Amino acid sequence: MRGDAKSMTVLSPRTAAEALKSYAKAPHALPLAGGTDLMVGWNMGQLNGRAVLDLSRVSEWRKIKVVSDGVDLGALVTHAEIQAHPILRKRFPLLVAACATVGAAQIQNRGTIGGNIANASPAGDTFPALAVYEATVRVVGPNGRRAVPMSEIFAGVKKTTLMKGELIEAVFLPFPDKTPTRGVFRKVGTRAAQAISKTMFAGLIWNGKDGVLEGVRLSFGSLAPTVRRLYAAEAFLKGRRLNDTTINAAAELLTNDVSPIDDIRSTREYRLVVSRNILTAFLKGELK
Amino acid sequence: MSVGKNEPRRDGPAKLTGRALYLDDVNIPGCWHGVTVRSTVPHGKIKSISYDPSFPWDECVIVTAKDIPGKNLVALIEADQPLLADGIVRHREEAIVLIAHADRATAYEAAKRVKIEYEPLPPVFDMEKADKVFKSFLIQRGDLDAGFADADIVVEGEYRTPSQEQAYIENNAIAAYEEDGVLIVTGSLQCPYYVLKAMKQIFNRDESRIRIIQTVTGGGFGGKEEYPSMLAGHAALLALKAGRPVKIVYDRHEDMAATTKRHPEIVRHRTGLTKDGRLLAQDIEVIMDGGAYATLSAVVLSRGTLHAAGVYECPNVRVRSKVVMTHTPPNGAFRGFGAPQTLFAVELHWERIADALHIDSLTLRRKNIFKLGSTTATGQHLLESVGAQECLEKTVKSSQYVSKRKEYDRWNKNPKNPTWKGIGLSVCHHGAGFTGSGEVYLASRAGIALTSKGELVVLAASTEIGQGTNTMFAQVAADALGAPASWFTVETPDTHKVPDSGPTVASRTCMVVGGLVSRATKELKRAFEAEYGRVPKTPADLKKAAFVLCKGAPARRFEVQYEKPPEVTWDDATYRGDAYGVYSYAAIAVDLEIDRLTYEVRVNKVTTAQDIGKAINPLLAEGQIIGGSTQGLGWALLEEPIFKDGVMINSTFTNYVIPTSLDTPPFEVILVEKPYSRGPFGAKGVGELPMDIPGPAVAAAVKHATGRLIPTLPHTPERIAKAQP
Amino acid sequence: MIKLTVNGKKKSFKGAPFTRLIDALREDFALTGTKEGCGEGECGACTVLLDGKPVNSCLIPVIQADGHRLETVESMGTPEKLSKLQSGFLACGGAQCGICTPGMLMTAHAHLKGGGKRDDKSVRTALAGNLCRCTGYQDIVKSVIKAAKGAK
Repeated sequence: MRGDAKSMTVLSPRTAAEALKSYAKAPHALPLAGGTDLMVGWNMGQLNGRAVLDLSRVSEWRKIKVVSDGVDLGALVTHAEIQAHPILRKRFPLLVAACATVGAAQIQNRGTIGGNIANASPAGDTFPALAVYEATVRVVGPNGRRAVPMSEIFAGVKKTTLMKGELIEAVFLPFPDKTPTRGVFRKVGTRAAQAISKTMFAGLIWNGKDGVLEGVRLSFGSLAPTVRRLYAAEAFLKGRRLNDTTINAAAELLTNDVSPIDDIRSTREYRLVVSRNILTAFLKGELK
Repeated sequence: MSVGKNEPRRDGPAKLTGRALYLDDVNIPGCWHGVTVRSTVPHGKIKSISYDPSFPWDECVIVTAKDIPGKNLVALIEADQPLLADGIVRHREEAIVLIAHADRATAYEAAKRVKIEYEPLPPVFDMEKADKVFKSFLIQRGDLDAGFADADIVVEGEYRTPSQEQAYIENNAIAAYEEDGVLIVTGSLQCPYYVLKAMKQIFNRDESRIRIIQTVTGGGFGGKEEYPSMLAGHAALLALKAGRPVKIVYDRHEDMAATTKRHPEIVRHRTGLTKDGRLLAQDIEVIMDGGAYATLSAVVLSRGTLHAAGVYECPNVRVRSKVVMTHTPPNGAFRGFGAPQTLFAVELHWERIADALHIDSLTLRRKNIFKLGSTTATGQHLLESVGAQECLEKTVKSSQYVSKRKEYDRWNKNPKNPTWKGIGLSVCHHGAGFTGSGEVYLASRAGIALTSKGELVVLAASTEIGQGTNTMFAQVAADALGAPASWFTVETPDTHKVPDSGPTVASRTCMVVGGLVSRATKELKRAFEAEYGRVPKTPADLKKAAFVLCKGAPARRFEVQYEKPPEVTWDDATYRGDAYGVYSYAAIAVDLEIDRLTYEVRVNKVTTAQDIGKAINPLLAEGQIIGGSTQGLGWALLEEPIFKDGVMINSTFTNYVIPTSLDTPPFEVILVEKPYSRGPFGAKGVGELPMDIPGPAVAAAVKHATGRLIPTLPHTPERIAKAQP
Repeated sequence: MIKLTVNGKKKSFKGAPFTRLIDALREDFALTGTKEGCGEGECGACTVLLDGKPVNSCLIPVIQADGHRLETVESMGTPEKLSKLQSGFLACGGAQCGICTPGMLMTAHAHLKGGGKRDDKSVRTALAGNLCRCTGYQDIVKSVIKAAKGAK
């Protein structure tokens, strides 16, 4: 353990307003929520001497608010709390399923939705579900508030589009206009629990009249520097009937929107083969 | 009667309540923290070592090779491994400079401020291209050419096994300090006398001025067999220079990257058989990667070589083996010690032979498997305690292997099914005790002390590292005496208190050392009978008897030394004869399922029958079998140290993946007892046996499921996907 | 100054606020039952209960525990009087080398106390964040289920 506690400056705001003020004064401070990512690096001695903005006391950001058009998740809501909430379980099951695959119980009790996004890992477990639910990240900063769609919150590996002094205050999940016909979340990891994903899928389908596809949203994580929506495949499928021909054609379009690599956990080849298999099975209705 | 009962683990209550003291729990007043500066090149000359002048070095103690009073050597088998690199480094993470400071974080910061410049030299990483051979063996039986000439079919195959990290949950940790002129070393270790021997040469002291004391140890599996000697040397150098206690507790990533691992291996088989599947000729080639220094490689190679032909009788055998040097961190002991690697090859090779002959591998195994009276490749006649067939048949029956093979064939033919299913089999033997003449060389001693207060204390250097040593010793001693196990305690393995019983390795703790404890206790029994008239019947009686036997001394010790059974003969020069006193045997059936979309493997059930001679404590024995099998499953499916430029780059628990509770199947364990006349109450060895068979059984099951034989481990989804047509 | 309740007792921590919870417990409060195995939040040996929920104490700066309730293995039984769960582990072989055991017990305890299901799959899922290298988990699961039955 190489962290040096004495070297750290800790800012402990008690309200959102205090947090923003402290952060404005110390823009190089590291925002800290549940700590399940930051503390790993700290234990390795990588963050000694830094200032830390401890957000854990900002109780306003711990709330889950159900409103008429959706659910507002405070940035500090944990993966465990998401799984326990009845409305989330009913209306946003893919996000609940994703949170159940984050680490294990100990990590789920501490890791937060805001922290997951701010950490911006290419393998962030909640991102494909948030992408297909078209969540907006509610950001607050010195210049006020803005709502950033999931498609715009990430700039690259471990990089968000947050600007100086900005913090995530909540994630808003809009209720879909129409309930999806079906939806699946699937994570392929390095083992059965506590696994980093090799590929990760979330998909929602809305069947229309006469078997014609009314809507489809498809997302993969861990296949690119950031989470991806399969815009090409989605555009192709909308308005068509799902059959072997259209499904195979859609699967071919996978590589238009993702760019997997070889890394310490898996290979590009495996990721592509398995992602295609998952996408195809989902479209065929065979993926549980 | 205590033997055969599930006496509760005696170290259990302390461990369960958080009161057991592992090294980092021990309060050592005034103790400083030691850290290690390690090589960042795999091979090179050290040009310079410089210390950032802006750092307060006067607060630290710094140690390099120059500070070593005796030999700069970690004494083991060959005298080739320096304690600290001096002028040249031969692997990444080799220790060069040691620093101690009162504050742990500052010590680590100090390590960052040491700059070492190297003149890189060309490294060798590929064991097939390595030209330095640490050790080689040749085993020959019969006439290989004649065997092949008579064969109806010849089947060849090459098999590769990777390294494996022991991944004990407690990292290596040692503290050292001097007290009244005695250098005391205490910590997480398996072999106090190995550490003592190493320290004598480093510090030019004899055993009266060095004392090694084991603390409660959080797992070893071989990873703390020899490595602690190096860590002890480091901690002691710092402590002596600092004039105060120093402890070194490794981080997980340091422990994984820098310390010993399982030897990676390449094994090639060329096998001649009759058309009905009888073995006529086995020509086997083994190459092991020893890493940069010899350490235990010669002995790992020996065990691997002696198990390479498998649990089968073949009249004509040749095994040629070698362990070579590469510029990687030295490999060392890990449960199985060379045997899991060679057994993987010979076992999986049956699947290739089965395809060639169109005879299933179970039938082939039944035809060739060791029975009572069989002869091994070294010419050893198996005269007693051969449970191979019983293990095989019980495993096959209980797992429903034969019907499942057919059922899964039908399942796999249906393209609509979401998975493939497979069931695979493997059988092995595992020699108990040291190889060849090793036990004679060790000349182990163990004993029992009766104190004048009526305490009965087992004296052995064997360490409790989770396997149940202390509980087993108490049970063995209890039945040897004819008294309750609760009357006995086991002395802490402390080189000033216990004799040298040899290392806690090689599946010898129960059979060899337990045997010594039993013999010593029988001497005590004879003394009770001769001098007190009977074995005491109650604790009060015991106190009276102790008074009589101790004759005014504070205690009386009964100690015995290992005696080789006269029927065991072994020739080191020709590598012929009785390689081990006896073998344990095991069979396993692994029942698994593979997702057709993702190629992920889920093991649904493991059935295993294991012949360990006698289960002194069945619950503890079962624990060893399930735990060892799980490590074997990890090696087969999940675990792979990935090396780049000679260093392990996935040296964290995040990226080196061991099984969780959701990755492990239900196990059915069947204990088979074929007693060994020379083992205490018939006991043989159990510690390593379970490690030998999950690997090939998984590979066989995957072949059954997918039709593809993958001759390497681990069977990751990536490899399974790639093997598909 | 940081105030927390540890095993029912009020405690004050006066050291650096970014000190890890595991270090505050082990060093400042001399509760060495909680162990460090990895520093990454993977092995779970450092598991303690924070307001009744299992967490990795190696990943929490003590300032985040200010005002909260901690339970460590020391709050369970003693060697002379083991808790039901600890007795289950002793009877069923749930501990071998013991280094994972305190964390394992805390997670199991939270699961049972929180009304967690007692079937094999539910217990294994609850314990998925606690790595054991010795037992292969089966005897741990048996220990938990046995203790749960005994508690009824």
